[in-house]
Amino acid sequence: MKNYEIKRVNFKVFRFNVNLDKSPYYESYTLEVSQDDVVLDILNRIKWEKDGSFSYRRSCRHGICGSCAIKVNNKPVLSCKERVFDLIKIFGYELVFEPQDIKYAIKDMVVDKDRFWTKYNNVKPYLITNIETHPKEETVVTQEEAQMLEESDYCIQCGNCFYSCPAVQANVDFLGPAALLKAFRFNTDVRDNAKIERLNIVNEERSGVWDCVKCYECAEACPKELTPIDKITKLHNQIFEENLAKDNVATRHAVGFKDSIIKHGFLDEGELVRYSEGNVGVLKHLPEALHMLKNGKLIMPWQMPKSKNLDEVKKLVDISSTVKFK
Amino acid sequence: MKKLEYAFFVGCTPKQSTPELMDSTLAIAQTLGISLVELEEATCCGASHLQDFDDFLSLVLNARNICYAEKRGLDIVTVCNTCQLNLATTKHRLDSDKELRDRVNEKLKEVNLEYKGSSKIKHFLYALIDDYGIDEIASRVKNPLKNLYIAPFYGCHNIRPKEIHAESNGNEDPYRPNSLDRLIVALGAHNVEYEFKSKCCGFHVELQAPKTANVISGNAMLDAIKHNADTMVTPCPLCHLRLDIQQKNISKEVGQNISIPILHLPQMVGLALGIDEERLGLKNNIAKVEFV
Repeated sequence: MKNYEIKRVNFKVFRFNVNLDKSPYYESYTLEVSQDDVVLDILNRIKWEKDGSFSYRRSCRHGICGSCAIKVNNKPVLSCKERVFDLIKIFGYELVFEPQDIKYAIKDMVVDKDRFWTKYNNVKPYLITNIETHPKEETVVTQEEAQMLEESDYCIQCGNCFYSCPAVQANVDFLGPAALLKAFRFNTDVRDNAKIERLNIVNEERSGVWDCVKCYECAEACPKELTPIDKITKLHNQIFEENLAKDNVATRHAVGFKDSIIKHGFLDEGELVRYSEGNVGVLKHLPEALHMLKNGKLIMPWQMPKSKNLDEVKKLVDISSTVKFK
Repeated sequence: MKKLEYAFFVGCTPKQSTPELMDSTLAIAQTLGISLVELEEATCCGASHLQDFDDFLSLVLNARNICYAEKRGLDIVTVCNTCQLNLATTKHRLDSDKELRDRVNEKLKEVNLEYKGSSKIKHFLYALIDDYGIDEIASRVKNPLKNLYIAPFYGCHNIRPKEIHAESNGNEDPYRPNSLDRLIVALGAHNVEYEFKSKCCGFHVELQAPKTANVISGNAMLDAIKHNADTMVTPCPLCHLRLDIQQKNISKEVGQNISIPILHLPQMVGLALGIDEERLGLKNNIAKVEFV
């Protein structure tokens, strides 16, 4: 066949059996790969041709069951969707296969996803509504109403976003992108009655939307291209729209930008910290503030720069604002 | 080569907490002969926080910011990853959704402005590498940074989401970016390869979740140090504020003493171009740059 390219690749594969091995190790397999091969083909060949004990999750082979997610050179992939040639383009001829989170590996590529599912279940990931047992009419959802979900119903719970989220790794309480996306999915469903209940869950400090670090790892990780962080932003918006925002450091941190822009055009950094933390809380930043002052990194209130045409900015804020903070 | 000219979106930190970024940007632009016309009318980009509060308002304000570059017939250059993200996201959304653009323009009309979509938006890093040219920069190096191991810290908002940045960042791969690495090598230094170079610094939760922020920055800095970095360099002042100012708090959180100088992108370039350290604002850096 013309132009049918074959490449030799070294696959360095994470191996571990929680019941047998003291610690994980990496096994190397050199295989010839064609342009049609996806990562799942390689996983299959390792099991069928090299070592029958090799374990990984797989089911549909069509990007819909979400079982076969792993990491290749730290890039989260859905094995059945990711072409090996595309990975070679990024990482070269040594590809490292690892489970989504090596700390929770059970056997080879198989991880214990308990943490993922617990968080997922926390946001009431189902339709909550009062329906008649024997309805006389169909509950019709219009096309426009369905579009409000912004495809968040396409999530296949593969966990790629969750296992690449640095906030999940640093903060055991954080719900993570998949659960938050699911909260958005049902909150925007016109048939659902539990929007406020879910918003109260995702509005909690430490676990909810306020602890997202805005790194966009989830946007890159999602094989269905659902950009979970955009849905997290929309949950923030819903919290303000429904007047549920509590008066705390996180909410004031968001609102403070508007106050500064009205006054200066620019953000007043010092005032934002004072406003967000409060007059007492701000004192904990004193050591850094002194360092900054000494190094010429802190300006005095009267030195605050102002944008040109500030009247125009004030007018735009006046006519374009869509929410208020109590 | 035609003289490069950009509308300079300064952002908030270079005028307050990172004056050294302002100084070093202007210094290397002057030395390289790049003209930066400051957008004096511009406001804060909202830093992804105003967006959480009032998305539409942030779109209108950023559309206004872009309008002033369009009026001057110039493309925008930013020096902060988060400014870059928020301006580029605004452009992306308005250029791909006519109904939204009309709603925004309806507001802008009240102050006699109109968003047209004619100005591109690019971070200074990519203006240097792709427009000015990495070879051209290399040819102007007077003081090669030899024997120096520099760990590039890319920062999230210049590489993710790929969809927003691909056009202006030379299609940088978010899992294996290389522009800063290439620039480091062009300046005569060694680029440090390490896993955390494309990871988050945690800046955006510094106030509400300081522990998360410190753990995240600590992981990145320890990884750079483990790979023998003498210094780290970042194109983002928000990353810089964390990595430079917060070293004590980060050390406390991770239980290890972290002490490493952090350079802004133009400070690094300026050193190689032989610009005086005073003009690069090195005295403003908290972790002292002692290798100079």
